[in-house]
Amino acid sequence: MLSGTLSVDALLERICSETKAQIDQRHLDTPMMIGIRTGGAWIAEHLHRELGLETPLGVLDISFYRDDFTQVGLNPKVQPSQLPSAVEGRHILLVDDVIMTGRTIRAALNELFDYGRPASVMLITLLDLQRRELPIQADVVGGTLALGADQSIKLNGPDPLTLTIRQRD
Amino acid sequence: MSDLINTCPIQLTDAGQLRHCLTTEGLPRSLLTEILDTADSFVDMSEQQVKKVPLLRGKTVVNLFFEASTRTLSTFELAAKRLSADVLNLNISTSSTKKGETLKDTLMTLRAMHSDMFVVRHSDSGAAHFIASQVTPDVAVINAGDGRHAHPTQAMLDMLTIRRHKGEFEPLKVAIVGDILHSRVARSQIHALRTLGAAEIRVIAPLTLLPRNIESMGVKVFTDMARGLRDVDVVMMLRLQKERMDSALLPSESEFYKLYGLTTDKLAFAHPEAIVMHPGPINRGVEIESAVADGPRSVILDQVTNGIAVRMAVMSMAMSGQLADKNTQPDADNLNA
Repeated sequence: MLSGTLSVDALLERICSETKAQIDQRHLDTPMMIGIRTGGAWIAEHLHRELGLETPLGVLDISFYRDDFTQVGLNPKVQPSQLPSAVEGRHILLVDDVIMTGRTIRAALNELFDYGRPASVMLITLLDLQRRELPIQADVVGGTLALGADQSIKLNGPDPLTLTIRQRD
Repeated sequence: MSDLINTCPIQLTDAGQLRHCLTTEGLPRSLLTEILDTADSFVDMSEQQVKKVPLLRGKTVVNLFFEASTRTLSTFELAAKRLSADVLNLNISTSSTKKGETLKDTLMTLRAMHSDMFVVRHSDSGAAHFIASQVTPDVAVINAGDGRHAHPTQAMLDMLTIRRHKGEFEPLKVAIVGDILHSRVARSQIHALRTLGAAEIRVIAPLTLLPRNIESMGVKVFTDMARGLRDVDVVMMLRLQKERMDSALLPSESEFYKLYGLTTDKLAFAHPEAIVMHPGPINRGVEIESAVADGPRSVILDQVTNGIAVRMAVMSMAMSGQLADKNTQPDADNLNA
């Protein structure tokens, strides 16, 4: 079983080329990239730079949209979401560090739709940790990882980006 | 001061989360800071294009106002709506009925409506506490002012306003000016300022408007504006309740204004960058000169904006505490979205 610190360079490279290919294949005109705070925003920053996208990068903070806030409480340091322009009619590239249960993405989509009706939303994640609880899948994935029930993973950043797998006590 | 509730443990869950918000007295510093941090997030959110989040979706909030108030009621209503709650406003006059019976009857009726949160304003000290002791365990109670006892959300919006303008509390000298005797706002402000570590808290008022033993709350007492305002960083004015004039506690409004009204001249005694606050509605020419109220040092309108954010923070934290209490066993099938 995996443990320790992993480099994300290869994963980043893969989602970068895959995203580029998807944009071309789907003929997405001036897509708008949005990262989910915090890890997703770091990865989105990297992708946005590498792909040379014209529309400025957006950031979503989904803390107020989580479905588990009653169990984990509010994160008191919620920063406001920053969307550089209207999402109405735009092609959105939504970026997060990992997808697991799918609940974060569900919350992000809800928030996104409060701002308007995008033409399309494509989901890009560095890692797929499986264990899905909702019918939500990523369009672009850097890699798939099956963590043990007693393991957790954390993205460190923003520079350099590394992944740490920890054994829970 | 009424010998009500000293620390009010009923406000907290076993894990130390907020479940009711009844008074600032006895709340730990970490919790007051959490309220301010959460409220900060909501201030930023209120400046966005979409001013609404789904935190209290499906919840019913009843604003139970036994005492008239336009400003507090409307900010609580707006706060609840921005959290996506359904809101019911009930104005109930207490003038002709006895307190115990009215409250109990009203509560039984409201219980049957399956409300999730009561925001209570009442002219009797302890009313919100009484209601909190009567409600079923999953109902949160927020005190929107009870008699002379407490007005915690007003005090916390004042703390938020101070923090957003002045940063940390430790170096600050704060003066509270006016009718301290009848003011639940002053009491809640003093408790919050002490817990948050303000360097010096002063009260400035004529002796007739000071409660006995006010020094025991950890404040310095002044009866003279020139001395009391010297070098303070924050001036918090209180509303002079005109109805108090009848009880011969004050000679006249003009006399009060001459001695305790905040004028440009008197403000000059304070620190050059001192901010001026007032809970509203202001009596121009009674507590405060128009030039000061509308001047560059006044943060009175910021207080209104921050009031909505603080109420959103307290409401969402109390609801979160209530539900956390109920869900101590995480349920894998619990798809509440």
